[in-house]
Amino acid sequence: MSGHSTYEPKWAAARWMDQRLPVVRMGADFMAMPTPRNLNYWWTFGGILMLCLMVQIVSGIILGMHYVAHVDHAFDSVQRIRRDVPYGWLMQSTHAVGASMFFLAVYMHIFRALYYGSYKAPREVLWIIGCLIYLAMMATAFLGYTLPWGQMSFWGATVITGFFGAVPVVGESLQQWLLGGYAVDNATLNRFYSLHYLLPFIIAALSGLHVWALHVTGSNNPIGVSDKVKTDTLPFHPYFTVKDMFAVSIFLMIFAFFLFYLPDALGHADNYIKADPLKTPPHIVPEWYFLPFYAILRAVPDKLAGILLMVGAIAVLFVLPWLDTSRVRSMRFRPVARWFFFIFVIFCFILGYCGAGTPDDPTFFPGLNFYRMSQIATVYYFAYFLVILPILGLVEDPKERPASITQSILDYGDKAEPEKVLAPAE
Amino acid sequence: MAFKTARNLIIAGGLAAASLTGIAIASSGGVADGYKMVHKHWHWTGVTGTYDQEAMQRGFHVYAQVCRSCHNLDQLAFRHLGDEGGPFYDERYENPNDNPLVKNIAAEYEVIDMDPEDGSEISRPGIPADMFPPVYRNNAEAAYVNNGAIPPDLSVMVKARNNGADYVYNLMLAYDHPQPDSVELGEGQYYNPVMEGGKIAMPPQLQPQAGVFEYQSETEGQNPPEATAEQMAADVVEFLAWSADPKLAERKAAGLVSMIYLIILAILLWLSYKRVWRRLKQPVKG
Repeated sequence: MSGHSTYEPKWAAARWMDQRLPVVRMGADFMAMPTPRNLNYWWTFGGILMLCLMVQIVSGIILGMHYVAHVDHAFDSVQRIRRDVPYGWLMQSTHAVGASMFFLAVYMHIFRALYYGSYKAPREVLWIIGCLIYLAMMATAFLGYTLPWGQMSFWGATVITGFFGAVPVVGESLQQWLLGGYAVDNATLNRFYSLHYLLPFIIAALSGLHVWALHVTGSNNPIGVSDKVKTDTLPFHPYFTVKDMFAVSIFLMIFAFFLFYLPDALGHADNYIKADPLKTPPHIVPEWYFLPFYAILRAVPDKLAGILLMVGAIAVLFVLPWLDTSRVRSMRFRPVARWFFFIFVIFCFILGYCGAGTPDDPTFFPGLNFYRMSQIATVYYFAYFLVILPILGLVEDPKERPASITQSILDYGDKAEPEKVLAPAE
Repeated sequence: MAFKTARNLIIAGGLAAASLTGIAIASSGGVADGYKMVHKHWHWTGVTGTYDQEAMQRGFHVYAQVCRSCHNLDQLAFRHLGDEGGPFYDERYENPNDNPLVKNIAAEYEVIDMDPEDGSEISRPGIPADMFPPVYRNNAEAAYVNNGAIPPDLSVMVKARNNGADYVYNLMLAYDHPQPDSVELGEGQYYNPVMEGGKIAMPPQLQPQAGVFEYQSETEGQNPPEATAEQMAADVVEFLAWSADPKLAERKAAGLVSMIYLIILAILLWLSYKRVWRRLKQPVKG
């Protein structure tokens, strides 16, 4: 996809540099990447996520200057940041709300990839790196949520690290090794802080690989037909930089709305209570972005089975490129699969709803408690990947697709459109 | 095309915001035993709402004379009272440590310190830079004095409960709600439907007896309202809401500026986007 370089150094100094270390050339070629001209706004979340990562790293580094990773001081140091550090309230809220925004954007990004088949050949590695980034994000978010050392921090950490204790044979030793003791304590807080500081840089490195892989295969697009002729693509800059920036400004408004007007709406009130190892809160609930997985975890009565299901829910994403047997990428041309996809999205929301509820309580659906509802949703979640997508690809009759991107967006005026053909499967 | 995509974007953004707020609202708890929470309109909510300084001052006095006998303000220093947006802020004293009202309040508290000469423990009157000294020396003493229940810190209480302002307000006033048979109280426990489980170790505090507590105004010419139980509850909530979120006014002011900035930026970027893409608009010959 990255064609030969089009960069021409304009000044003698630039030529001098170009012959020694062609960083400017690299950047220029990078920005000139041929990008399908028919991308819609669902494709702007890549840039938004880049911004989210930078916001988290910058605000996090500043918070790290004031935060004290000690069980006796962590909670108070966060309060001190909110009260006494100049603009500390802004940094702390940005970092906390920013985590939610990061996950909001990454879920949009993942659903887009699922709908438009961006995980299919030749983008399997790109997709797998993305899954790794998501996994690292989950780890980072979990570790970071421990740091304020509120009740939910402490008990969340206790529950999650308890999973490792369920591993057969080595579980108990593994759990103690992770915690640095028999329970979540100062040793745990210190190592969680260290790892929370480390992981974002691993995410940044993985994002570099993600973008590199993207530049090798090129972007997918809403019709899922690879670009073939020159008119199919536009240089990334200025066409998509300006479009992405517009989308970023809209995203920042949502961010700012929560940051300035509802800074605590996405968190949990219990985390304003200092961690107390002797007092278990009545409902231990993870942050909203983990709720669907929490529902899957609690969908079966057995602890180990629940953990395996939860791990499986993420692991299945890694092998998705080989589970989906259809060679048509975009769901626009898959009349049956797209409905299964929409139902999948609804069930993801239902899982999130179930994760927030208490298992025995009734749901909005008469006669169904949260426990049963999360079981139904879990079955659909796995069936979508393991049954529906593999079978549909073999039996579904996809719609006809335009032969090229250019053809799909041409303005024919009064002339008759050429007939659509069944574009060759790729 | 452009309108469709813009519309989709707005729908997506709206859906995202709606689902996030939905989660936020769904996570707020209910109350049992037929007690109906009084949802007061707190005037610091909303886009521009801020705290009322007079009410915060009254609320502080309720804290100091009622709550203080058991409850700490762990996260507050006296100087915070004189910060901009705080209950005793006075624009003449940019540095709250110089504020005479704050100095006087601090001096009413005894602070444990060290004698710099011989290193012995001494007790001295507080200064604005001191934190509110703890009511009890440690949790063991707090539990011993209070029948085993440790009175929680109040400085972030309004943030530490769902709908914290309503929670504290109702908790103060809900003691006379009839106790259901299902709740069995232990010794030294009281029935309060707002409390999870209905049992609370704190006796009713704000009694509607006139004369026990009277408001005195800090500023001359101000007529403080009558100190009814409802009024005192509302005032102490105002003070505790500030204590839990002292940067609210600053945050909302910054929010307004940021929103205006972002709206202008978005319009400019939209126009740039349209302009850059216009050069592609010529119809292509099929």
